[in-house]
Amino acid sequence: MKRTHVQARINGEERDFLCEPRQSLLEILREELGLTGSKEGCNNGNCGACSVIMNSRVVNACCVLGVEADGADITTIEGIAHGDRLHPLQQAFLEEAALQCGICTPGFIVSAKALLDREPDADEHRIRFWLSGNLCRCTGYDKIIRAVQRAAHQLQETQA
Amino acid sequence: MQAFDYARPGSLAEALSLASNGRRVLFLAGGTDVIIQLREGRRSCDLLIDLKRIPELTALTEHPDGSLEIGAAVPLAEVYENPAVRSRFPALVDAASLIGGIAIQSRASLGGNLCNASPAADSSPALMVLGADLRIAGPSGERTLPVASFFLGPGRNALQPGEVLISIRVPALPANAAAFYHRFIPRNEMDIAVASSGAFLALDPGGRIADARVALGAVAPTPILVPAARDALLGRLPDADAFAAAGQAAYDAASPIDDMRGSAAQRRHLARVLTVRALENALRRIRAAN
Repeated sequence: MKRTHVQARINGEERDFLCEPRQSLLEILREELGLTGSKEGCNNGNCGACSVIMNSRVVNACCVLGVEADGADITTIEGIAHGDRLHPLQQAFLEEAALQCGICTPGFIVSAKALLDREPDADEHRIRFWLSGNLCRCTGYDKIIRAVQRAAHQLQETQA
Repeated sequence: MQAFDYARPGSLAEALSLASNGRRVLFLAGGTDVIIQLREGRRSCDLLIDLKRIPELTALTEHPDGSLEIGAAVPLAEVYENPAVRSRFPALVDAASLIGGIAIQSRASLGGNLCNASPAADSSPALMVLGADLRIAGPSGERTLPVASFFLGPGRNALQPGEVLISIRVPALPANAAAFYHRFIPRNEMDIAVASSGAFLALDPGGRIADARVALGAVAPTPILVPAARDALLGRLPDADAFAAAGQAAYDAASPIDDMRGSAAQRRHLARVLTVRALENALRRIRAAN
């Protein structure tokens, strides 16, 4: 099968890869680029475990083709921390014990980052609405919501 | 997933020429339906044509006559974040912000939601009551079709082979008019309508109903307009009796099925209740604007 050359900015770095049109961005991230932080859950756009930020909007990487990423700016869970320093969202997830099995966690953190980048003062209702596309079968969500609220608070304090 | 070729034309002419070269073609806008359908083997193609580099399909334009033209591939989030849509066509915000979650709305388009032709698609009743027209391009030129004539059955639309939906044109609302769309789902978000209703109301200077439209989703093989609801409303004051009569017309027009999402009886009941409430909310919007 013919493979197409694709160039994209991934976590701030210019990356080149070859992909078949039928390969999803999720497959490319995980299998070609070794970025296995994005998870495959449902593979049909329901669970959000593969959430990545593409051109400033959160998308399900399973519902994007690798070829569509050409020229795009993509942030995955691997691009959230600053070196060894965790992002406030990551720190808050640890402090609020907002994860158990951990499969959904990268998607939640990426999706929540997309929210706080746009709406730093998002309230609980807004956070719950925004994260409705991310499923967690362990926590019951409350701890996740508290973690996002905590991170939002912290980010706002840092900026004040 | 089956193998296919991929093309990303930069113009409508190029897309149309690719679409009529004899190969089995599918179009890609946001991909939230078509990529999944290809992966699950529910659809197949030789060539997938990505429409997102075609200017006409990615523009959102306010025309001098007050109408709004939404390129078929514009993502839902860009539709409902648009200031003109928010202030002048809030029924589109109602519908676009209900389709999937945020990650879906980053990609999915109104055009794709229409072309997928689900009887439960949220954008369809809203666009039907707004009186939207579809601009369609094909090998023999361009044609316009009212959105209400676009749906032929579950998953089937009026596009002929080689045709592509360019844009959705929503006419300006008259004075003292508003529309509203909502649905019933058992969850709070991220679900498919058990039943849905859109309503459009326009009042004359005396406060009587000068024009009205009601459309229902998920209660028939396609979304449907309910002409009897319009007849029940025209010339009357927008009161509980008039809305109840329109609700009865919606109940009578519904021909739903039983399935995993709800029973036929529940859907008929919902058609009535959702229609009455959609009319009440459209009226509220008219009053809030005055």
